Amino acid sequence: MGSGEAPTRAALVEKARDIYDDLDFGAVRRWLADHPGAKAAGYLPVYAPREIMHACGLLPVGIHGGGDRLEIIRGDAFYQSYICHLPRSVIELAQSGRLDMLSAVLFPSTCDVIRNLSGMWKLLYPEAYVRYIDVPQIPDKGAAADFWESELRRLVHDLGEVSGHHPTDAELRASMALYNETRAMVRALYAARCERPWDVPTEELYVLLRAGEVIPADEFIAMARAYLAAVEAEPRRPRDNSRVVVVGAFCEQPPLGLIMSIERAGCYIVDDDFLLGNRFLTRDVSLDGDPVRALAEAFVFNEQRTSVIFESDPLGKKRLMKDRVAAVNADGIIFATPSFCDPALLDQPMLRAGAEKACIPCIAFKYAENTGQFQQFREQAGTFADSIKLWGAA
Amino acid sequence: MAEALKDRSMVLQKEMIANHFARLANARENGEPVVYTFVPGNLTELIRSFGALPVLPEINALQSGMRKLSGDYITEAERAGHSEDVCTYVKCDIGMMRSGNIGPAGTKLPKPDLLLLSYTGCYTFMKWFELLREEYDCPTVMFHVPYQGDGVLEPEHRKYMLRQLKEQVIPALEKATGRKYDEDKLRHHLALSAKAEDDLVAVLQAGKNRPSPIDGYFGTVYYVGPIFSAFRGTEEGVEYYRALREEVEGRAALGLGPITPDGPLEGERYRLVVEGPPNWTHFRDFWKMFSDEKAVVVASTYTKVGGTYDFGFRHNPDDPLGTLADYCSGCYTNLNLPTRIEMISRYIEEYQADGFLINSVKSCNSFSAGQLMILREVEKRTGIPGAFIESDLVDPRYFSAANIKNRLESYFQMIDARRLGKTA
Repeated sequence: MGSGEAPTRAALVEKARDIYDDLDFGAVRRWLADHPGAKAAGYLPVYAPREIMHACGLLPVGIHGGGDRLEIIRGDAFYQSYICHLPRSVIELAQSGRLDMLSAVLFPSTCDVIRNLSGMWKLLYPEAYVRYIDVPQIPDKGAAADFWESELRRLVHDLGEVSGHHPTDAELRASMALYNETRAMVRALYAARCERPWDVPTEELYVLLRAGEVIPADEFIAMARAYLAAVEAEPRRPRDNSRVVVVGAFCEQPPLGLIMSIERAGCYIVDDDFLLGNRFLTRDVSLDGDPVRALAEAFVFNEQRTSVIFESDPLGKKRLMKDRVAAVNADGIIFATPSFCDPALLDQPMLRAGAEKACIPCIAFKYAENTGQFQQFREQAGTFADSIKLWGAA
Repeated sequence: MAEALKDRSMVLQKEMIANHFARLANARENGEPVVYTFVPGNLTELIRSFGALPVLPEINALQSGMRKLSGDYITEAERAGHSEDVCTYVKCDIGMMRSGNIGPAGTKLPKPDLLLLSYTGCYTFMKWFELLREEYDCPTVMFHVPYQGDGVLEPEHRKYMLRQLKEQVIPALEKATGRKYDEDKLRHHLALSAKAEDDLVAVLQAGKNRPSPIDGYFGTVYYVGPIFSAFRGTEEGVEYYRALREEVEGRAALGLGPITPDGPLEGERYRLVVEGPPNWTHFRDFWKMFSDEKAVVVASTYTKVGGTYDFGFRHNPDDPLGTLADYCSGCYTNLNLPTRIEMISRYIEEYQADGFLINSVKSCNSFSAGQLMILREVEKRTGIPGAFIESDLVDPRYFSAANIKNRLESYFQMIDARRLGKTA
């Protein structure tokens, strides 16, 4: 990018792609080098309160595995063949020293595999701060908010100990404002893609969001803003593709090749679960009153429906796919689920039944983050897109 | 196949279970409410205090496995769209329900009046009851038991559980049963629980004897059956555990080994600690692979999924709701990996085990994720080499008898060689 000139879409995507491809987390290491004495904290999928890490002076770093870019040597020694791929590549990253810059790692209550990985981390890396984040699962908002507030206060304290900086309320509010803006930017990107998916292909959006998992929030906001400006400056022509929602990929991430295969097979992805944590809170955290309480309430009163939170509404699962498809005016759903992913696979029969009852076309396949062959996905997605066009118009 | 030999307590247990399922079959006619819940973190005393009958889907699934029905049930569920990758208990339960919901005793199980989702130590529980709710269209109450991520029950977590019990669980039980909460009744059941727990712990710790008068895994899954399911806090439960303790202490006094399906095991050669649930579809064959080699399991972790009583916990009638929270939090799968490793290492030392074995089941990430690390850590701490085998809970497709037998035989040979090395 030349100085003074607005960066091009290609330059921005290339930069994001470089960050995404870099399994040595060079962006994090450079940030640490530029901020002597500062530390970084990792988090696994799905939801972690990045505001708190930031307020404590820590750089939040999303740990999403090694995808198809990492050969697993040590990681397989930790897991049986019937456990999903993500934890083995996370262990591979850690055992090869690629995560040695993390002073703390948070393990959200996504599933039993990530939960148990928190205990493994305690044993493998006793010098790191490790916390399993047990989010509230009950419909009683008051009790849930009180519990979650106490968990968040614990985190504020502990991460403050890690970084050596205990944030003031004003600093917490400032971090919450920053992450409100971050989520607003993510929502803006999603809205732009939904409106003009030919202009915002998911293969570009995805690498931008992946970059956002490891670079400082303000840098991500600037990069995303520049990308949206570049999209406006470089419009593309629409194609006669089908609009699909991709469901189930909220934890172990699909390889980029899979996303590209779906799109190139004639599907516009207009909504998805990729990197769901970055927009988990659907509304801004209030900047009034006690900031920790505000963050707790933002979670408890959140409207996000996902497989990792108990659905208290008996009709919730039945309605969810219909609602999501309607919200983005989609033609169909692709259930793309990581192999051995309990949350996604156990939810799928309920979600699919709701979709089919609403006469929404669906297909399903499984992947692993290191899947290298995409021909079958391309054929499946292509047939799906064609069938929507042929039969949807009938 | 020869008729299995049974202890008197096993006969007693069979009668208790038969009576329970007979009551369940007639629950509607008799006006007895029915509450479905899970083994880890079950609130049986509370359920009983409302005059309701508990149903535990895992118990039904494992019974289906032992009766060779689970394969068809799983196929039924997979045909309905459930993935081959997920918990086979869930699929077995759903398949059973879709096949007429005939329970282990051959009688139809009643629909639940309430699904009490005690979310303790297993993510799948949450999905299991979301799925069952779709089928039964009945109320569900979530009881969230925070995981002991740092190896302790944190005061704020206990407070959270107490509040849920008071403000969510008890009102849901009141609504489902039409009866008011009666704390004196709860205390009564809790006092009965504590009595039975004392006797159970005496039985479990009999495994420290040489020879062990019990098998702490295969035999003990029967022993823990009543206390893990419908009979904790009942007079029948107290009677059963008193009888069992007398039997086991009698065998210990006579220097006898455990009773196996093929008769008393004499000449104990190997003392093992086992981590992980058993395979249920080939349970008897699996056990025989051990008993044929005179291998006795002296302690196991699976028999602690419904409570870690041997580490001191007892239900306390003086703190009725607090004790339920403490109980739930302390169930084995709610403990973090360092605590599990510590527990296994203690068993190896205190029960003077020659070896330890992990049976890793495909279905259960709550147990299985991290077991290879448990293996290495326990080996490191105790100096005792471990063995690792793989099977499944109730999916017969994942039990490879030849592979498991080969591994076990090699492992026993290794223990022999090690002994020779020590004495050389």
